[in-house]
Amino acid sequence: MTAIDDAQDPNRRDFLFLATGAAGAAGAAFLAWPFIAQMNPDRAALALASTEVDLSQIAEGQVVTIKWRGKPVFVWNRTKEQIEEAKQVKLDELIDPVARNDNLPADAPASDENRAAEGKENWLIVVGVCTHLGCVPTSNAGDFGGWFCPCHGSQYDSAGRVRHGPAPQNLQVPTYAFESDTKIKIG
Amino acid sequence: MEGHSTYQPRSRAARWLEDRLPIAGLVHSSAIAYPVPRNLNYFWTFGAILVVMLVAQILTGVVLAMHYDPNASNAFLSVEKIMRDVNYGWLLRYMHANGASMFFLAVFIHIFRGMYYGSYKAPREVLWILGVIILLLMMATAFMGYVLPWGQMSFWGATVITNLFSAIPLVGETIVTWLWGGFSVDNSTLNRFFALHYLLPFMIVGVVGLHIWALHHVGQNNPTGVEVKDIRKDTVPFTPYATLKDAFAVTCFMVVFAWFIFYTPNYLGHADNYVEANPLVTPAHIVPEWYFLPFYAILRAIPSKLGGVMALFGAVAILAFLPWLDTSKVRSANYRPLYRQFFWVFVGVCILLGWLGSKPPEGAYVVIARICTVYYFAHFLIILPLLGFFEKTRPLPPSIADSVLSVARGSAPGNPGLAAPATGARS
Repeated sequence: MTAIDDAQDPNRRDFLFLATGAAGAAGAAFLAWPFIAQMNPDRAALALASTEVDLSQIAEGQVVTIKWRGKPVFVWNRTKEQIEEAKQVKLDELIDPVARNDNLPADAPASDENRAAEGKENWLIVVGVCTHLGCVPTSNAGDFGGWFCPCHGSQYDSAGRVRHGPAPQNLQVPTYAFESDTKIKIG
Repeated sequence: MEGHSTYQPRSRAARWLEDRLPIAGLVHSSAIAYPVPRNLNYFWTFGAILVVMLVAQILTGVVLAMHYDPNASNAFLSVEKIMRDVNYGWLLRYMHANGASMFFLAVFIHIFRGMYYGSYKAPREVLWILGVIILLLMMATAFMGYVLPWGQMSFWGATVITNLFSAIPLVGETIVTWLWGGFSVDNSTLNRFFALHYLLPFMIVGVVGLHIWALHHVGQNNPTGVEVKDIRKDTVPFTPYATLKDAFAVTCFMVVFAWFIFYTPNYLGHADNYVEANPLVTPAHIVPEWYFLPFYAILRAIPSKLGGVMALFGAVAILAFLPWLDTSKVRSANYRPLYRQFFWVFVGVCILLGWLGSKPPEGAYVVIARICTVYYFAHFLIILPLLGFFEKTRPLPPSIADSVLSVARGSAPGNPGLAAPATGARS
């Protein structure tokens, strides 16, 4: 086999060319990975991922704002009327019919039971970040007995469900658990 | 149009250097002998004004970075320290903050100039697209710079704008967390914004280099939109004609700039940004800086989250397609009676959108913003493509020299355009 034959043999040449190129591309991807991954939350940020809240200090009707992962979380001790108001709402009136509760399956319907704390329906715990573009809504404001977002006018009801756009989703219910009757751990 | 270099090194040392690195010849051919259409008006001085503003922003920015601390617990205080304690810190910061506004003012005039005179048409498409890329880089730089003082507007502006990416289906939330480096805008966000705010201006410098390279390759457009036919008759050498005219325009622009710095340095800012960032309280009325207001109005006009974000980015991206959306063969609006009217309506709609962006999103404001948003896109997607087929344009002058001489008939226009070409004249 002469050199010319070798150069004209498509299989061998092409294979070497493609294999070298593929190895180079894989190497570039491996090199790029740390440069991209360094921008994700670091260990210190992940370590702050849970917060405890003492509920005994929260009076009936009061909303308290807690800082969790740098974001506000609303802890609301709802009155009977507020719970009743939220229960009256039919699911087909809602913009977002899904509960958005991290403690429940992703497809749970947005009924008041699925939004409030399990077995303690006076407690509503939601992340205080508007699902539109991340502003903090104002408590006890708006036409639906819940929150009003000053940035772009979204409104939420007394179960933290979006009732007036442009926000597309209900306020997120974070993962939390009751450690005792008067203490919860968020995250 | 790029004439061959006429530079003749005179000393032995200059000849020695020219044989090894022809940098003096490059400067000579692009800033001295470069032929400039003789009919350019003052709207053509904004390129030079923008170069000056870019240099001014980099100079003031570098010295501010010597005093600024990009740490969430100290950033706000370090800006106050610059204002109160650092020698001339107040001046440097006001120059930098108002410089950003002046930069955008000049770039908007520069862009509208290009639209009016059809400067984006063949063979200047790449030149135009490079300009759109510069605009995008400017917007990113300005946004990240505005976050650095870590006031309430900084913080909530950063929150709202980064949350635009959460509108992307499926991966949106992951991207936003990645941008933040946490679960909210926080110290890591501030750190990376500072690093990028320092980097991007130098990327702008690079693209500006390409922009000027492309410009000098195809040559400048001019108010008639007619290409240069005879370099001797239609053009004058860049130095002294364009150099001095640019210098005069830059000086006038600096008067406006100085007026803002010394008489009303906070007029274009927001009082809320003198309140330190508080992640638990959103100010009652958050608005971006004035130069983003038209785009902000478009974002809010669309009643869907993803749709609004797409319209916002689309409003900038559509500019890149302008060379192909405008189907008219005639460049300058001076010879396009219909386009000239539509152009001014478009300018009016852009200004109206800017005003609407500063208003709360309710009632009639939303309705008008929707109409304006539809018109903004219709201008590019319907009006411009159709005008090219239906518009009856006015006859073009045979050449630049003819258009100038027919206007200035009578007194001889002096010798500038008819002077011997730069060849050898100044070397």
